[in-house]
Amino acid sequence: MTAIADPAPPLRAVSGNEPAIRAEGLVKTFGDVRALDGVSLQAPAGIVLGLLGPNGAGKTTTVRILTTLLKPDAGTARIAGLDVVRDAAALRQRIGLAGQYAAVDENLTGLENLVMVGRLYGARRGEAQRRGRELLERFDLLDAHKRPARTYSGGMRRRLDLAAALVAKPPVLFLDEPTTGLDPRSRLDVWSTVEELVADGTTVLLTTQYLEEADRLADTIVVIDHGRVIAEGTPDTLKDSTGGERLEVLLLDPTAAPAAVRALAPMSDQPPTADGNTVHLAVRTRTGAIVEAVRRLDDSSVQVDDIALRRPTLDDVFLSLTGHTSVGPEDAEDIA
Amino acid sequence: MRRLVTDTLVIAERNLVRFPRSPDLLLAFTVQPVMFVLLFVYVFGGALESPGGFNYATFLIPGIMVQNIAFGGFVTAVGLNEDMNKGLIDRFRTLPMARPAVLAGRTLADVVTNLLSIAVLLVTGLIIGFSFHTGAPKVLAGLGLLLLFGYAFSWVFALLGLLVTSVEAANSVGFIAVFPLTFISSAFVPVQTMPTVLRAFADVNPFTVTVDAMRALWLGAPAGNSVWGAFVWALVIMAIFAPLAVMRYRRIAAR
Repeated sequence: MTAIADPAPPLRAVSGNEPAIRAEGLVKTFGDVRALDGVSLQAPAGIVLGLLGPNGAGKTTTVRILTTLLKPDAGTARIAGLDVVRDAAALRQRIGLAGQYAAVDENLTGLENLVMVGRLYGARRGEAQRRGRELLERFDLLDAHKRPARTYSGGMRRRLDLAAALVAKPPVLFLDEPTTGLDPRSRLDVWSTVEELVADGTTVLLTTQYLEEADRLADTIVVIDHGRVIAEGTPDTLKDSTGGERLEVLLLDPTAAPAAVRALAPMSDQPPTADGNTVHLAVRTRTGAIVEAVRRLDDSSVQVDDIALRRPTLDDVFLSLTGHTSVGPEDAEDIA
Repeated sequence: MRRLVTDTLVIAERNLVRFPRSPDLLLAFTVQPVMFVLLFVYVFGGALESPGGFNYATFLIPGIMVQNIAFGGFVTAVGLNEDMNKGLIDRFRTLPMARPAVLAGRTLADVVTNLLSIAVLLVTGLIIGFSFHTGAPKVLAGLGLLLLFGYAFSWVFALLGLLVTSVEAANSVGFIAVFPLTFISSAFVPVQTMPTVLRAFADVNPFTVTVDAMRALWLGAPAGNSVWGAFVWALVIMAIFAPLAVMRYRRIAAR
């Protein structure tokens, strides 16, 4: 019955200075596939930890272990001070999971879905209904509360799924690719919801393929690939680690790209790359970079359509870490 | 234990709430069995001379009820399969609920829908000439046997729903596996009319045993070993398939 009440005292009090999320050396194999090969990560209470990586990197497996759905083959993890294997039953009172597939019962209305979840948390019917209405209102689903969820749009279903994950006001929330397949408007809605939750003290672990999403929401990012952590830090430190500012030159004539690459090469420690009529390079210093580039290109008689300096994006981080930009066409589009 | 009971009821309620909203399910549980009864009685009935000394409607109703209730568990197979593929099982598994309630709630909901289809069949039967030939205690015992038999098959279908990869597969595998079993039995015709091999099979078929038991309990037909045999069969089927379904549930959940 207490499940649905505020999880007071908050987990910080329960666990002292222990991080809200702490995993050490998680290993999980499926047959011959080593899905996780020693993943460690940690997050203090009240922040968003972004778990970033291409498809098949091990993001979902990590989430499934941290939410007690899977047992790790090796390694340990504690969430809100509770061990994911030994204290699994108690931990389930304190976590919420919203998945990449909206796990709602399509034949039930929004309210019935939330009441069911509330009652499975152990709340009485009346209590579960109060909480259900509260959440429907918050997620702007009250108008649709009498319709079965199968009539909802993709965005509404995702909001309902998120609402279901919040029924017990969990101090730690897991969002597995919460915006995959959503239209931009619904994506913004999910983002602002996450921001509100974090402002209220919830700790969020968010997996995403969208660099833009991690950039906007995550306080700290863990990048995994092939079941290993390959980088971690704040979005800014990750960007800084890929080395300085980026110069982007748009050429009038794509056939001039090789000449442009040759002309600009002395300005960077890494060879410039050409992509159609665009040439990219990481410059050593910001000051005078554009002037110098224009002069060099002019000396080589390369005509320039546009030229700009920008900070590295997480996409650049990805490229330098994994050797491939992100994950697929869907993503490339999103970043563009 | 109290959690198991309340969680089972919550899940059962969830499965029943959808019922009035799914016209296909309603049709499957009302119109379809009525259609079968009418087809059998008026197409085959005339060609069969009062089997066992009863008019064909009276002979048929206990048989078709047993066939029908065995398929009641289909909802469980299809529902569990959907839950699995749509991620609801994962949601349930992250909740602090009693784990077995997901299966127990499903099969419990089947008991309610099975009662509905028994009622529909009974009313249809009474209209076209079926009548009970025994007293209330035996009629109630027959009802109990029907529900128990249906409940046992709900566990067969629960296992099926968790084994196959799609709802369509659940449908066709279930149909192919169970439908012939119901036909090579005493449900629709007396087994004496069948070729020897079929008859040998029909004689030991749990459907025959259960149909014979129903005719003994409702019509006063000679019971032989059928009544206790039918209860034993139902319990044996449950004892085999319920643990298998639970084991399978644990395994798919651990993927």
